Amino acid sequence: MIEIGLGHYLTLGAIIFTIGIIGIFLNRKNIIVILMSIELILLAVNINLVSFSIYLDDLSGQVFTLFILTVAAAEAAIGLAIIVVYFRNSGTIRVEEINKLKG
Amino acid sequence: MSHAIFFYIFSTIAIISAIMVTVSKNTVHSVFFLILDFISISCLFIMLGAEFLGMIMLIVYVGAVAVLFLFVVMMLNVAQQKNQWFLSTDSSGHIPVGLIISTIIFFELIIVIGGWKYKPDLSNKVDSLTISTLSNTHSLGQVLYTDYIHVFQISGMILLVAMIGAIVLTFRQREGVKKQSYIKQISRERSEGVELVNVETNKGVSVDD
Repeated sequence: MIEIGLGHYLTLGAIIFTIGIIGIFLNRKNIIVILMSIELILLAVNINLVSFSIYLDDLSGQVFTLFILTVAAAEAAIGLAIIVVYFRNSGTIRVEEINKLKG
Repeated sequence: MSHAIFFYIFSTIAIISAIMVTVSKNTVHSVFFLILDFISISCLFIMLGAEFLGMIMLIVYVGAVAVLFLFVVMMLNVAQQKNQWFLSTDSSGHIPVGLIISTIIFFELIIVIGGWKYKPDLSNKVDSLTISTLSNTHSLGQVLYTDYIHVFQISGMILLVAMIGAIVLTFRQREGVKKQSYIKQISRERSEGVELVNVETNKGVSVDD
């Protein structure tokens, strides 16, 4: 309990990952919160990679965390642009009312 | 000992703020809790010894991504649309399904972590790239610009594509806005711009517009 090891960091990553998934499933009103939940999931992956990289004394994990950071930033920019365009066209971003592809 | 105390403080803040991101009724509050989450996780990274990544997390997430989120939230004026997912009118049954699936995923992850065993000779086999005299940033740079140079370039291309994509998606041409047209200006010739008129005396010119 006092000695902090790899398992503590992995558990923290697992908890944050699960909170992100719960956020995606339960949120029905606002699609921006879903994007934020995806950011939380990527953050949990980053925690796992960095802690493994430190405890195995191998820098590859940190390098790939950098790339995940890059992809997350690009994803946030594109996703928010799509949301802005959708809001301009339909006037709402409520998740329940985004059902144009239902057929 | 101090490592344990700081780990528990920062991880508690991180978990509580992650919960608040998903639960909070106001979207602006969600963004602020996301910022708090990123800050505490980057403190954890700095504690672990990955200083460069901690600082980069602060710069990229708190400085760029969270501000982008805040900007979009304020621009779309969704702060008034309250985020009330427990009071949904139609009972579509997504709440129990989501809870069940996330509980299953959480227990799978915990089982994997609990069953983790180190190989006894692991530290000898891992190709150790870190040199103890160098700082974290220095050694990361030595690896990033040599072994991973192609992946690094590709990530730059990804950022470029994201930038162009965001601009193209949100660009729109409005009606009734006067703009300079270079092609029209350059391709103008004397024959269409100037007209010579023979003026009769004492009558003046009638300009038709």
